[in-house]
Amino acid sequence: MRLTSYLQEGRLTIALTGEIDHHCAKKYIDAIEGKIEAYMPNVCLLDFEDVTFMDSSGIAVVINAMRSVTRINGKLHVCGLREQPLKVIRASGIDKIIDIKEGAL
Amino acid sequence: MKFDNYMVLEFPSKSANEGFARSAVACFAAQLDPTMEELGDIRTAVSEAVTNCIVHAYPEEIGTITVRCRILKDQILDIVIKDKGIGIADLEQARRPMFTTGGAERSGMGFTIMETFMTNFSVTSEPGKGTVVHMRRKLQRRK
Ligand SMILES: Nc1ncnc2c1ncn2[C@@H]1O[C@H](COP(=O)(O)OP(=O)(O)O)[C@@H](O)[C@H]1O
Ligand SMILES: [Mg+2]
Repeated sequence: MRLTSYLQEGRLTIALTGEIDHHCAKKYIDAIEGKIEAYMPNVCLLDFEDVTFMDSSGIAVVINAMRSVTRINGKLHVCGLREQPLKVIRASGIDKIIDIKEGAL
Repeated sequence: MKFDNYMVLEFPSKSANEGFARSAVACFAAQLDPTMEELGDIRTAVSEAVTNCIVHAYPEEIGTITVRCRILKDQILDIVIKDKGIGIADLEQARRPMFTTGGAERSGMGFTIMETFMTNFSVTSEPGKGTVVHMRRKLQRRK
């Protein structure tokens, strides 16, 4: 698991990398929650540009990020999705409740 | 059943093997010259089935997982993923989207993804004996 983040004008960008599966999902969930609670952003952007694979464990990562941001009245956006992660997100239906920005920002 | 080629993998239910299993199956499938999308679908479905064995079939112990792949005629990849874990009492409920016994770390979308990403999907299970997931994916023939 590797994750980088930066805060700019109340917007927290968190970039995930590599393959997201059950093996590393818990670490991502906890790390994202920790960042959101530490920085209290108005907007949190999950950047998937460097995520080369995810399975349904990645859905749990996005849903938990959504819960953490909502708890502090912030908004979650997901961006940079490659074809495979996007297909998994669409199959799960969470694209209907989460704001997905096509391509990179 | 006639087949052109096959492989069998056996490994313990450690989460580090999730990546190994999906990559190994993808490597085996490569001889069918799949598209990137087909490979992604296969990797995803295998990851779901193997993760279920690790998380749900053997919650308190390390057990054995078997993955068998065959290439059938007409570019069909046949995959069987088997555990000897706790089994599933109510299959209909388990297959429902968003049903999970795994808490907030799971999404309950594993079976739904296997079903949508594969051409054929079936699961059989016996409580106390284990679970068998059988999937097939027909691959496009490319010139
Ligand atoms: N191999 C298995 N052994 C025992 N139970 C399983 C197995 N696979 C799936 N299940 C049960 O079916 C449920 C749904 O599985 P799935 O759709 O993959 O969602 P998730 O893994 O996110 O819970 C699991 O929560 C579990 O109760
Ligand atoms: Mg699952």
